[in-house]
Amino acid sequence: MNVSAPPRFERPGAVGFTLFVAAAAFIIWSFQNSGLSLEHLERGFPAIIRVLGRMFPPDITDIDRILWSLLTTFQMAIAGVVLGLILSLPIAILAADGLSPHPVVKQAARGLIALFRTVPDLVWALIFVITVGLGSPAGILTIMVDTIGFAGRFFATAMEETDKGSREALASIGATRSGIVFSSVIPDAMPSFIATSLFCVEKAVRSSVVLGLVGAGGIGVELKVAFDLFEYDVAATIIILIFILVVCVEQAGEWMRRRVM
Amino acid sequence: MSAAQANPALGVVPSHAIRLAGVAKTFGDVPVFSGIDLTINTGEAVAIIGSNGTGKSTLLRALNGLNPIDAGSVEVLGASVHALKGDALRRLRARIGFVFQKHFLVSRLCALSNVIHGMQARRSGPQVWAQWCAPAAAREEALACLQRVGLADKAMQRVDSLSGGQSQRVAIARMLMQRPEIILADEPAASLDPRAGDEVMELLFHLSREAGRTLVFVSHDMEHAVRYSDRIIGLSGGGIALDISATEARPQELTGFFAKPAAETADRPRAVYSGAAAA
Ligand SMILES: Nc1ncnc2c1ncn2[C@@H]1O[C@H](COP(=O)(O)OP(=O)(O)OP(=O)(O)O)[C@@H](O)[C@H]1O
Ligand SMILES: [Mg+2]
Repeated sequence: MNVSAPPRFERPGAVGFTLFVAAAAFIIWSFQNSGLSLEHLERGFPAIIRVLGRMFPPDITDIDRILWSLLTTFQMAIAGVVLGLILSLPIAILAADGLSPHPVVKQAARGLIALFRTVPDLVWALIFVITVGLGSPAGILTIMVDTIGFAGRFFATAMEETDKGSREALASIGATRSGIVFSSVIPDAMPSFIATSLFCVEKAVRSSVVLGLVGAGGIGVELKVAFDLFEYDVAATIIILIFILVVCVEQAGEWMRRRVM
Repeated sequence: MSAAQANPALGVVPSHAIRLAGVAKTFGDVPVFSGIDLTINTGEAVAIIGSNGTGKSTLLRALNGLNPIDAGSVEVLGASVHALKGDALRRLRARIGFVFQKHFLVSRLCALSNVIHGMQARRSGPQVWAQWCAPAAAREEALACLQRVGLADKAMQRVDSLSGGQSQRVAIARMLMQRPEIILADEPAASLDPRAGDEVMELLFHLSREAGRTLVFVSHDMEHAVRYSDRIIGLSGGGIALDISATEARPQELTGFFAKPAAETADRPRAVYSGAAAA
């Protein structure tokens, strides 16, 4: 055979090479500009060991109060995520290609979802703390908005990807738009809805534990107080319990996703 | 009018169910057909044959407005299909059953729910979204439709667990639930094995005959075209190139229609080709 083997790597073009060099330069500059140095690591490492040392053994004298606070946090997450999911569905229908009643409505719904998604949850939390006051209600609203930003987009995509055939079959029967959405699109998209909803619960639980740092309710405030008072052993208890909660929620979510797929 | 059709003895049935005049359709700059004139009588069973890409599906889908047309008029059940919009179009579609090559059922729902969807021709709202929220009368009617296609025992089974032939029969039950006056079917047997295909065609033919419904189906199976129709229409070169009574036709002769070079029929797009005379 007279066929020569192709080269293992393609030679990069001028544009590709320039981009590569620029990216490499930017990464190096990023390290310099954020001021991370070996010195930080040298000083930081013993400090980490010291704090960790003061965390153990964790102080469990107040565990009843912490568990109760954790439960409240979890409930705040659930309430926010349920509200968010309920509102996500209509917004997603308005935002989905082929389901939205009008292009202007579609763009508006997509804009709203994008706004909810791109502004970080802590910023929403600050906004709601200012508007509705300190405490769980601000946290619930934050999680709701965060859920709409995430689920709205995935619900819309899931509905756009459903079987066109059954939609057309119903259209040819003379079904209404809502009839088609509820009897074909939503049943078809259901596994995807459930998977997305479970991700939202996990995400909400993770974010609910930090919302307290800015006063939006939940266990985060206990964590902040413990650190502020240098009660690292109490903080350790809180962190371990948060860890257990998040892992349990993720495992439960994983298990349920496998069942619906 | 639908009452009159349910009781042909009243005698006020309009003589034609479908009338096309000068219908033309072009996709981009590819002409599919031009100047199709065709009248189909009420209660008639018509088979449409023709090579791939001659526009059979496009024509069928123009009959209930699923595909738009560029020129001409399509009159179905006395209404000008392409002049209708919104509710008026939906009301007309409700009277026209359509069976596709693929069953196009909602795969995650059970057979009964899918059949109940056929009721969306007559009413809207949550009662016709799924079997569990449907009123008892609707569930009974849907079960009767399933029984009609021999699948009453599969009512609660999810349709993605049914065979292709069974799914197609569920789709026919859904169409029956619609109580249509016209049945359109685009290669309803094409993705089925010969036996299931025969059953489906037999069923469609029988269902149209027993209630005096008009049947228009597309088929690549010449046996089916001859056996289950009164009249065979062949599309070629952008027009109707064959229009014969099914009693005159024999499957082997019809196969000759496809052997005809496309260019020859394209010169005389609307000439009537008689399979019997050519033999
Ligand atoms: N949505 C569309 N956009 C562009 N071209 C189309 C579209 N639908 C159909 N066509 C073209 O129109 C012509 C007729 O298509 P049609 O599906 O009606 O043929 P057919 O007779 O049903 O063929 P087959 O026997 O393969 O089902 C084909 O050339 C096809 O490529
Ligand atoms: Mg076709």
